[in-house]
Amino acid sequence: MTTLYSLPEVHEDDAPPQRPRTPRRIRSFSSEDRFAAVGSVLASLALVYVGYLHIFYFSGLLGFLICWYVAFIVVYGTVVSVANPRPIVVERLVTSTLYLASAIVVLALASTVVYIFAKGWRALVHVNFFTHDMAGVSPTAPLTQGGILHAIVGTVIEVGIAVAVSIPLGIGTAVYMTEVRGRGSKLVRTVVESMTALPEILAGLFVYVVLIIEFGLSKTGLAVSAAMAVTMVPIIARAGEVALRVVPGGLREASSALGATHWKTVIRVVLPSAAAGLVTATILAIARGIGETAIPLICSGASSFMNYNPTQEPMNSLPLFIYTAYTTHESLAITRAFGAASVLMTMVLALFVTARFLVRDRGARR
Amino acid sequence: MTTTVDLAPPPAPSSDPRTPRRLSPGLQPSDRIFHGGATVIGMVVLALTGAIGLFLGFQSIPTLHYYGLHFFTETQWLPELNKIGIAAVLVGTVEVALVAMVVSFPLALMLALFITDYAPKRIKSWLISTVDLMAAVPSIIYGLWGFYLLQPHAINVARFLSQYVGWFPVFHVDTDPNAAVWQQSRYTSSAFIAGLAVAMMAIPLACAIMRGVFDQAPLGEREAAMALGGTRFGVARTVVLPFAKGGVIGGTMLALGRALGETAAVLIIISPAYDIKPRILEAGTQTTSALIAGNFGNATKSQLSALLTAGFVLFLITLAVNSFAAVFIRRSRSGAGTEI
Repeated sequence: MTTLYSLPEVHEDDAPPQRPRTPRRIRSFSSEDRFAAVGSVLASLALVYVGYLHIFYFSGLLGFLICWYVAFIVVYGTVVSVANPRPIVVERLVTSTLYLASAIVVLALASTVVYIFAKGWRALVHVNFFTHDMAGVSPTAPLTQGGILHAIVGTVIEVGIAVAVSIPLGIGTAVYMTEVRGRGSKLVRTVVESMTALPEILAGLFVYVVLIIEFGLSKTGLAVSAAMAVTMVPIIARAGEVALRVVPGGLREASSALGATHWKTVIRVVLPSAAAGLVTATILAIARGIGETAIPLICSGASSFMNYNPTQEPMNSLPLFIYTAYTTHESLAITRAFGAASVLMTMVLALFVTARFLVRDRGARR
Repeated sequence: MTTTVDLAPPPAPSSDPRTPRRLSPGLQPSDRIFHGGATVIGMVVLALTGAIGLFLGFQSIPTLHYYGLHFFTETQWLPELNKIGIAAVLVGTVEVALVAMVVSFPLALMLALFITDYAPKRIKSWLISTVDLMAAVPSIIYGLWGFYLLQPHAINVARFLSQYVGWFPVFHVDTDPNAAVWQQSRYTSSAFIAGLAVAMMAIPLACAIMRGVFDQAPLGEREAAMALGGTRFGVARTVVLPFAKGGVIGGTMLALGRALGETAAVLIIISPAYDIKPRILEAGTQTTSALIAGNFGNATKSQLSALLTAGFVLFLITLAVNSFAAVFIRRSRSGAGTEI
């Protein structure tokens, strides 16, 4: 908020100025303005309530909200234009529209999270949902039987392997592109950048055709990890490159001037300075991997039993469990799907909070 | 923080003090290993990713050779009858992505502008977290949300549109929208609803890039516009938006690339239908990713290669869109100004 201060007038030997020293607030939103806004909201609501439901007999909540907004813009515009010049009218309308757009997006996200947890609640209250697998349990079995432990374990193992492979490859590539700047770095950058455009399903299909059809391997968790790594490495490499590039060159030069070797400069100066960006890049890639549905669908296939071994037998994962449960169209299976979605959402939230914490911690220490 | 660093060894004293000291002593052994290691990693990644691109390209040669141009003009996907084509699928893919863009572009733009120029400080950081979180939510969750929560409401809007602007082919639905008991199932599982769910994925992506560019609008010009008595919208219209034009286009294109390849949410919402139609509100459509997900399971080798070809065409489209976006983003965000 910008504030303008009224300057005290300078008098050599006069009494101190009489004008109040409190800053004058510009762009203040007076009580009159507030009444105009609230009144317009109520007036348009009343107008649409009568018109929408009783004169035109429209139906549907969404349509009601849209009409309410249109009516609000008209009413509010008219009210504001009574006492204000055109730029202020435009400003008010734009401000209210921006508030509304932000509210829509926040509401959409909030409704997603709340809805998933609300629908999954009935599955989540049973302890066996977290401690059992679905082996021998039919999709229509009551919620007191079976659980999604196999899917949770599968997701953790698959994403774990993919991350363990793609972090060194991704960050190594980013270092190669920005720090080593070898002869091939331009080509590497072009290819890696274009590979971020690779749709996940195509990465899955590639691994399926090469490893499973051509080489005759079976559908396993490892194939899923391989396909995930294919999508994760370009993400980490590109986001990591951006993070490394904004490290001020002066830091590198200072380190070199102190006599550090290039290796020491990178490991002690460049990477720590870019740590926040690198962590963000990695978390982004992990979040993508955790939510990946198409890849497990193609490369592993759903299983109902616990499998700790990524090299043998199919391995289920949470998104795949959700999808297969959804395709049964059984109400209990769908409740389980929402339960699994709640667990998935919790994992993503936990990751997200961890990332925030790590990044903020870094920022505070500097 | 104090760091100890390995000092490079002092240059060897030369016998003749008048010959110039050699200034570049070459790489240290540790650096040679480091450079070698990084190069190896870079080359491995290059080989792997390059191999995928080449593999997809080569895989599609026999298919394209066999079906010729019919691959792009045939609408049906009937491997049993040897009728395979991606015309309808491509149209469906583009329709879903365009709906997602039409919905997400204004929302992302307004949200980004709100975050940088309008929001009070407290709300601002909170909103940034919200948008970041939105990007991390798995697409299958948006699929469930779209199917179970959004669809019952969205079909009312779809019916309204077909009632009043149904004369426009895009909003037409092949049923009587004015019937007393209207056929709800004709409005479900459409490209429109799938696009709404995909928009949820596109918004955070586009918004993050637009916000980054809006933030970089020169402060001096902003203040100048304010000092001339401009309202906040005046500042946005005359300074921020013209400065950020490239970023806005780039962010939108990047989101479009993501929307084109989206699988899980689309797979949950749509019901497959292989015909070219502009009627986005009507039940049934098909996208390339959903086609692959639905048909790979019982595909023979040649059908798999046809699916790979369809995927390769999608990849080429997203690649073109992303490269286009990269050009715009690079032009508006140079990375200059970080030197000290």
